[in-house]
Amino acid sequence: MRHGRAFWLFVGPFAAGLLVFVYVPIGWSLLLSFFDARNTVTPTEFVGLRNYADMLTDGPFLSSLGTFSVFAAFIVPLTFVLALALALLVNQISFMQAFFRSVFFLPTACSYVVASLVWKLSIFNGLRSGVANTVLGWFGADPVAWTVSTSPPWYWLVLVTLRLWLQLGFYMILFIAGLQRIPVVLYEAAALDGARSLQAFRFVTLPQLRTTSVAVLLLLLIGAYQAFDEFYNVLGTDRGYPPFARPPLIYLYYTALGSGGQDFGHGSAGAVILTLLIVGVTLLQGRVVRR
Amino acid sequence: MKALRYLALSVAAALFLLPFYLVVRNGLVSEAEISATSWTFLPSSVRWENFAELFSDPAVPLVRSMVNSLVVAVLQTLGQLLLCSLAGYGLARIPYRYANVVFYFVVATLMIPAAVTFVPTFVVVSTLGWVSDLRGLVIPGLFSGFTAFLFRQYFLGFPRELEEAARIDGLGHWGTFWRVVVPNSRGFFAALGVIAFVTSWNQFLWPLVIAQDQDSWTVQVALSTFLTAQSINVHELFLAAAVSITPLVVVFVVMQRWLVRGVAESGIKG
Repeated sequence: MRHGRAFWLFVGPFAAGLLVFVYVPIGWSLLLSFFDARNTVTPTEFVGLRNYADMLTDGPFLSSLGTFSVFAAFIVPLTFVLALALALLVNQISFMQAFFRSVFFLPTACSYVVASLVWKLSIFNGLRSGVANTVLGWFGADPVAWTVSTSPPWYWLVLVTLRLWLQLGFYMILFIAGLQRIPVVLYEAAALDGARSLQAFRFVTLPQLRTTSVAVLLLLLIGAYQAFDEFYNVLGTDRGYPPFARPPLIYLYYTALGSGGQDFGHGSAGAVILTLLIVGVTLLQGRVVRR
Repeated sequence: MKALRYLALSVAAALFLLPFYLVVRNGLVSEAEISATSWTFLPSSVRWENFAELFSDPAVPLVRSMVNSLVVAVLQTLGQLLLCSLAGYGLARIPYRYANVVFYFVVATLMIPAAVTFVPTFVVVSTLGWVSDLRGLVIPGLFSGFTAFLFRQYFLGFPRELEEAARIDGLGHWGTFWRVVVPNSRGFFAALGVIAFVTSWNQFLWPLVIAQDQDSWTVQVALSTFLTAQSINVHELFLAAAVSITPLVVVFVVMQRWLVRGVAESGIKG
């Protein structure tokens, strides 16, 4: 009993907060998802599974999952490969190593809002004065309307390069930490066996980085799943958000809190579906790693 | 081979620094030098008076929003460290019949990213009447299951001999934690603290949802509002962005060691 009091003295405040700000919202949301809850959080009209049926047959919600898939298909492998490449390069040098590591890590200090500002109004500005269009101009090419053009969808180039710049350094640090945990004897043994550097990479580095790699892939996937900031700031205007390139959270934001009225029933059903999907992926990953 | 390596790194470094340069360049030139058809890398003249213009513009609540961001980030950092370290220590070190149940209660939340549940959280916070309120901005972000989990893992590896010595000196769990464990874990606190501060300063979705009145805007919400509406001078917007990242660049330079450690710890063990 004495231990019980001490335990709750330490864990109680945190557990209470977790209950109120994580469990209650999810429970309430579950409840709301079975009601018609337009502009109210204490609805009375029970609609059963209709909100779920609406969401799962609703074109925009499903297409937001499609948008996430396209985004993830670009950003996950690109970040993985480039972050690993940077980590290997930085890890192999001795002169100015700290400098390069700091430079690649520095964008982590920047918010998605500020990055969106630079990408939208400077680098990928659709006017002739944009940096990318200036470079194109040197080769005699016409300026491109990067953020509004849908065919071809140049906005993907804007969004993917933006996130790459912001997150590469973070994942590079994870890979460097992983690389530094590899015992040097393994490379010495490989060298004794006559392995060249490419073989050492293939048969020592990659297998030894397995845990790090799986963690990085999962973090990248979850990060892409929650994409909101750069989409909202690069593509959104005061006239609203364009009908294309709406990842799940953008779609939920405009459904539940948009100017067209607050629809917490559909918003909650969407949140529940998204939560179940991400929990499923995490559990699946857990099983893959344990194997 | 070595020269090639440095060449690749230098090109990459230049690309990584370019956006920072553009923020500062565009913040310190005239409107015409941003949108001129013949855009040049180096501006023809630097206008320091842009600072005075920005800070005296009544339409841009930059100082107010920076203060809001600072208050939110400091409170969230300290609150998160306090609550999560206590919980982590209790879970790691205090034997209790239901400790396992509580641990699963915490770990289960790790699978659910906070951003995905912003609609449910908004429903609860608005019911509490915390919309456009400091409490609504700060409190929901304090209870990070992930941070509590990291503290637990760290305390599991804390040398037991130190705690036992404190116990012999007559300290209870509470005294041991504050007088022995915390002072010997400053590096870990610093590492997670810097991460919490940076994350809080840069967060956008939750403040956008909850800070609806202009007086409660954080700096990210303020910048975003002017960016999407394009309602102020572009050079002012860039200069405001430059000012908004200055505190974090300072944190990065001064605290880089802790930050790198924090990233490595939180990335791998997650």
